[in-house]
Amino acid sequence: MELTKEKLLGFYETMMTIRAFESKAVALFAENKLPGFVHLYLGEEAVATGVCANLGTKDYITSTHRGHGHLIAKGGKVDLMMAELFGKATGYCKGKGGSMHIADVDLGILGANGIVGAGLPIAVGAAFASKYRKSDAVAVCFFGDAASNRGTFHESLNMASIWNLPVVFVCENNMYGISLCQRDHMNICDISDRASSYGIPGITVDGNDVIAVFEAASEAIKRARRGDGPSLIECKTWRQRGHFEGDPAIYKDPAEQQSWLEKDPLPRLAKRLIELKYATQTELDQIQASAAEQIEAAVKYAESSPLPALTDVLTDVYAG
Amino acid sequence: MKQMTYAEAIRDAMRVEMLRDPNVYLQGEDVGKFGGCFGVTAGLFAEFGPGRIIDTPISETAIIGSAVGAAAAGLRPIAEIMFVDFTGVCMDELFNQAAKMRYMFGGKAKIPMVLRTPCGAGMSAAAQHSQSMEAWFTHIPGVKTVMPSTPADAKGLLSAAIRDDNPVVFIEHKQLFGLSGDVPEGEYVLPLGKADIKRTGSDITIVSWSWMVQKALAAAEILAKEGIQAEVLDPRTLVPLDKEAILQSVGKTNKLVIVQEAVQTSGFGGEISAIVAEHGFDLLDAPIKRVTAPDTPVPFSPVLEQAYLPSVEKIVAAVKSLF
Ligand SMILES: Cc1ncc(C[n+]2csc(CCOP(=O)(O)OP(=O)(O)O)c2C)c(N)n1
Ligand SMILES: [Mg+2]
Repeated sequence: MELTKEKLLGFYETMMTIRAFESKAVALFAENKLPGFVHLYLGEEAVATGVCANLGTKDYITSTHRGHGHLIAKGGKVDLMMAELFGKATGYCKGKGGSMHIADVDLGILGANGIVGAGLPIAVGAAFASKYRKSDAVAVCFFGDAASNRGTFHESLNMASIWNLPVVFVCENNMYGISLCQRDHMNICDISDRASSYGIPGITVDGNDVIAVFEAASEAIKRARRGDGPSLIECKTWRQRGHFEGDPAIYKDPAEQQSWLEKDPLPRLAKRLIELKYATQTELDQIQASAAEQIEAAVKYAESSPLPALTDVLTDVYAG
Repeated sequence: MKQMTYAEAIRDAMRVEMLRDPNVYLQGEDVGKFGGCFGVTAGLFAEFGPGRIIDTPISETAIIGSAVGAAAAGLRPIAEIMFVDFTGVCMDELFNQAAKMRYMFGGKAKIPMVLRTPCGAGMSAAAQHSQSMEAWFTHIPGVKTVMPSTPADAKGLLSAAIRDDNPVVFIEHKQLFGLSGDVPEGEYVLPLGKADIKRTGSDITIVSWSWMVQKALAAAEILAKEGIQAEVLDPRTLVPLDKEAILQSVGKTNKLVIVQEAVQTSGFGGEISAIVAEHGFDLLDAPIKRVTAPDTPVPFSPVLEQAYLPSVEKIVAAVKSLF
C-alpha cells in the first residue's frame, strides 16, 4: 500500500477521533459521569492507527485495558463505545462490560481485557482458527511493555512460532506498567529482543510516528498473511495521562513527560501533512472540529440512552 | 487503642510484624513507592526500603511461586496480588505447590506465607476486577482463608496469618479500606479459627463475612425496629472455621440466614448450610436461607451492579420470610 494523500489524511482523522474520544473521557470522568476504571490512550494514537490501517474486518485484534484507541482504529463505533462507558443499555456490551471489556466480534475485535497479558494466547487462537480454515485473515495482539513479563507472552510467542501462525504481536512500550518504569521491570531496553528467543522477527519502531508504525506493521502483516508466520513489533510510545484517570502519576519525571509531549504523534503528523502539501492548517482544523463534533454526538447518544433493565443481570451468561 | 481505617490497620500489622521478624518481607505489583493500587502499603517502602518492600513485574505466577520457594527456604513472605481476580494466574503455585508441599513431603516442609489480595464489587470495576472467590481457596486443603470485616480484625488476623506456619490467603475488601474503627496499637494477634459475634440477638442468626457483615449489621438495626433481634456472627476465618460458634448461635436462635457476596452455586454459604444441616438439624425451626449474588459475572453498569449485590433490603426480606 502506498502512502497516498488519502491514506495519510485517513490516519490523521483516526488519530484525531481517538484523541477527541479520550479527551472527552478525561472531562467526563472529572465530572463523575463515568463509573469504574478508565485507562486512556492519549499519546499512543499512532500505534493503533498505523497497525489497524493494514487490517480488514475479517482480521482479528485483541486489545487491553487501554483499549479505546484499538477499537476506534479497527472501526468501532464511538457512540456505542461512549454509551458503554456510561453503562447504558445501548452500549457495545449493554452496560455489562464497561471501558475495560468493549468488544465487537463482527468487526474482529475480540475484546478489551481487564487481565494484563490475557490477549496474547487469545490472538494465537484466532490465528490458529484462521490457518485451520485456510483463511488469509491475520490476528494482531496489542499489549503493553509490562505485559511482556507475563508467562502468557512467552508461551504465546513460542506456540505461534512453532505452529507458524498468522499473528502479529504489537507491544506498546509506553515505558511504564502503572508506577514501575521499564528499567525496573525488565533487564533489556528493546522488548523486540525477546523475539529472537522464539526464532521470529522482532523490530522496534518509533511508536509516535504513525508512518513508521504503518510500514512495520504492513510488512509483518503481509508476512503473516502469506503464511510466513508471526512477528513482534515494539512501538516506543508514551502514555500522557496517569495509569487510569485519577492517578496523578507522580512517579513520572516531569521533564521526561515534557520531552514526550513534544513528541506527540498528532502535531508530528500534522507537520508532515503540511510539509507534503497534503493539507492546509485550516483543513486539519476542520478534521479536528469534525472529530470533536462526532464525539459530542456520541456523548449525546450515551446521555439520552436508557439504563439497562435490572433483569439484564441474569441474561447472557450461557449461549443457547 | 487508636482510630485506624481498615487499610491502615492492614499496613500497621505488616509494619509491626516486619519490625518484629526480619524474615518477613512484602512483594507485589506497585507496592513500593507507589504505595499499592489502593494505598494500603503507603509509607512501608520509605521505612523498610527496596530490600523488604519489593516491586515485582507483572508476573503473578512468579510472585506466588517465588514466595512459596522463599517460604520453603525459611523466610515469611507476604505476597500481594492486586485484585483477587488475578489469582487465576498463580493458582498452580497456590493449590498444587504451596498447599500440598507439606503433605506430599510427609510433613517435612512448611510454607509460612501470606497471599494478600482485595476482593469485592461495588465500584463498577466490572467482571474481572470485582469478584468474591473465597470458595476457590476454601476448597484447597492445606490453605487457610481469612476474610476480616473490621479494622481491628484485619490487624489481628493479618498478624496471625504472618505468624502462621501455613499458606494463608488473606482476602481484604475494597469497600472496607476506608472504614474506621478502634485498633489496638503495637503487637496484636487474634487466633485463626475463632468467630466473633458482631451483634447479639435471640431471634435469628445471620452468618456473614467481609463487607457483608456491615450489611448484615445494618439489616439487623432495621429488623430490631420491627421486633426481630438478629445475631450477626462473623466467622472471620473460613478455614479454619469456628463451627461450634455457629452451632451455638443457631442453638440459641433456631433460625439461620447466611449472607455472602459471592455467587451462590458452590459458595461457602453452602458449606455452612451443610454443617448446620448435618450437626444442627434439630436446632432449626425454619429452613436455612442464603442471600447471595446470582450465578452471573459481576456487571459493570452501576444499576446492574446494585441489583446484583446482596443488599440490606434483601437481607431484611430473607429474615422476615422466616417469621
Ligand atoms: C494479570 C494482571 N495483573 C495485574 C493487573 C493490574 N494492572 C492493570 S494494567 C497494569 C499495568 C500494565 O502495564 P502495561 O502492560 O505496560 O500496559 P499499559 O498500562 O502501560 O498500557 C497492571 C499491573 C491486571 N489487570 N492483570
Ligand atoms: Mg506500559
